[in-house]
Amino acid sequence: MTAAPRTLYDKIWDDHVVHQAEDGTCLLYIDRHLVHEVTSPQAFEGLRMTGRKVRAPEKTIAVPDHNVPTTAGRDKHIDNVESRVQVEALDKNAKDFGIHYYPVTDIRQGVVHIVGPEQGWTLPGMTVVCGDSHTATHGAFGALAHGIGTSEVEHVLATQTLIQKKSKNMKVEITGSLRPGVTAKDITMSVIGLTGTGGGTGYVIEYCGQAIRELSMEGRMTVCNMAIEGGARAGLIAPDEVTYAYCKGRPHAPTGEKWDAALSYWKTLFTDEGAHFDKVVTIKGEDIAPVVTWGTSPEDVVAINGVVPAPSEFSGGKVVAAQRSLDYMGLTAGMKLTDIKIDTVFIGSCTNGRIEDLRAAAAILKGKKVAPGMRAMVVPGSGLVRAQAEQEGLAQIFLDAGFEWRLAGCSMCLAMNPDQLSPGERCAATSNRNFEGRQGRGGRTHLMSPAMAAAAAVAGHLVDVRDVMGVDA
Amino acid sequence: MDKFTTLTGIAAPMPLVNIDTDMIIPKQFLKTIQRSGLGKNLFDEMRYTLEGQEIPDFVLNQPAYRQAQIIIAGDNFGCGSSREHAPWALLDFGIRCVVSTSFADIFFNNCFKNGILPIILPQDQVDVLMEDAKKGANARQTVDLEAQTITTSDGQSFGFDVDPFRKHCLLNGLDDIGLTLEKVSAIDSFEMTASAARPWV
Repeated sequence: MTAAPRTLYDKIWDDHVVHQAEDGTCLLYIDRHLVHEVTSPQAFEGLRMTGRKVRAPEKTIAVPDHNVPTTAGRDKHIDNVESRVQVEALDKNAKDFGIHYYPVTDIRQGVVHIVGPEQGWTLPGMTVVCGDSHTATHGAFGALAHGIGTSEVEHVLATQTLIQKKSKNMKVEITGSLRPGVTAKDITMSVIGLTGTGGGTGYVIEYCGQAIRELSMEGRMTVCNMAIEGGARAGLIAPDEVTYAYCKGRPHAPTGEKWDAALSYWKTLFTDEGAHFDKVVTIKGEDIAPVVTWGTSPEDVVAINGVVPAPSEFSGGKVVAAQRSLDYMGLTAGMKLTDIKIDTVFIGSCTNGRIEDLRAAAAILKGKKVAPGMRAMVVPGSGLVRAQAEQEGLAQIFLDAGFEWRLAGCSMCLAMNPDQLSPGERCAATSNRNFEGRQGRGGRTHLMSPAMAAAAAVAGHLVDVRDVMGVDA
Repeated sequence: MDKFTTLTGIAAPMPLVNIDTDMIIPKQFLKTIQRSGLGKNLFDEMRYTLEGQEIPDFVLNQPAYRQAQIIIAGDNFGCGSSREHAPWALLDFGIRCVVSTSFADIFFNNCFKNGILPIILPQDQVDVLMEDAKKGANARQTVDLEAQTITTSDGQSFGFDVDPFRKHCLLNGLDDIGLTLEKVSAIDSFEMTASAARPWV
């Protein structure tokens, strides 16, 4: 029998179907369920009310990240009552239901999407879900990973499955190599700039091509992290030697014979020659420039050496939306991006809070100072990233430059904790969403790579990192 | 979950594209550990000033739309975060149906878990419903899930698609978990087979 060629998504899907109904609705088995404090309390409450248990506590991992302050003393007391109640609820739920837990007192605590891979919970070929849209991050390992709502969190807790219909296959190929000063963040933002925030709706994206292969695991996680911003259910990158090397030796990665068995399975996880994609997007790596967002949607992407667009350049409902964005952002069409002054810099998040991101930012900041009056903070993605950055001397570079060196958490990416923008403040951010009010009501967000954010902190305005690095645009 | 069969109600026009979940329910309201009570904060930052006063121009503050049960929305409604607080807030306000040309995936799923019907229609039909909704409180639209139709205040009717399983669950107010647990033996045997094939998982 000759099997039809399958995509990587097809293969992972097929290996997790528990039951398929006549109309194509499937029950899909979930290998890893990540849990945080904001989207889980109602789900655990649902279990209690119905007398249900967590079906597979050994496959369920919880960590508080969204609400937690990133300043010292948080392990003893959280001032905000509601935040404290949510974190305490997770403490209790983790204990009552016997799931793996990394409390704020544990050095391994951090942003859930950084902790999962770091601890070896996320491995190739797995299905991974979490009540958080940026679960797409884990697709970097060739794991089928996506966000779910709280009702689905409860469903997975109770049954270790999800009711799913299969998405369509989309291929995003980045050919050739990136030019100096261009990063994984610029790839993923450029793709969204091209396809729009709805361009991936109904699809699972597989990112491929030489420029993707040349990325580290950290970079691949940045790319997949923002698949959701393009509307896709998930993003995937086929595992390779880079993936295996990252996984090997992680606390929850297999060892010995199990490692060998895993490795031989992982090596089957690629898209077969001739497999069908319903949509294909191809971008030349050398055409990608360092980019920033100008508006209030992640699709509002322009090259840093460009200008703020005019609403008339768009069509349909986007014309009105673009004008609304300009008004909200306090910008006028035609102004140069590099003339936009900023007062805040945020480096961190599940998009760019890993060690490589901190290295890239520190390389720009070494021996320099942030512009006068600048509020700049680094929030490492996990306690372990923080410790490693301290060991490598990066923390000192940030501190010498005038950055605050914070504890791990989601922080100003979504501003549920005390780290927020005030109305009118303008932030160069390495996070993933520039929605109205995302970082604080009235706050203005420009998304970019860690190196670009660091360069902006020094200049006091948006700046082309290639000028700072002395490389050609 | 409440059943959804038919609904006749006021439709509020919200033509803005890419209405995201941060707009629908800003993060400061995600700190609750309950599902109820979020309706007063639906679209909070579009609906109230910093001082907490209603912004009169916002559609749901206008007398005609304060009792709206349907939203006719621009493209890509519900993009952004996975927060189920978005449909909880809509439901708590009284919204049972949202119509758009497209929805973000996770938001779309979350609606069905909460008895809210998201309807996808082509642009020209959304345009007709939008114009009808702009007529105000006298313009009541009717949604019939069994028949899969939505009808304007002046009787113009459009058919829509809905996944048969989800339709069944909405019509009967069924709890997904209960249905899945009926297949527990299939889950058991999957786990046996999978743990033999992939013992490292």
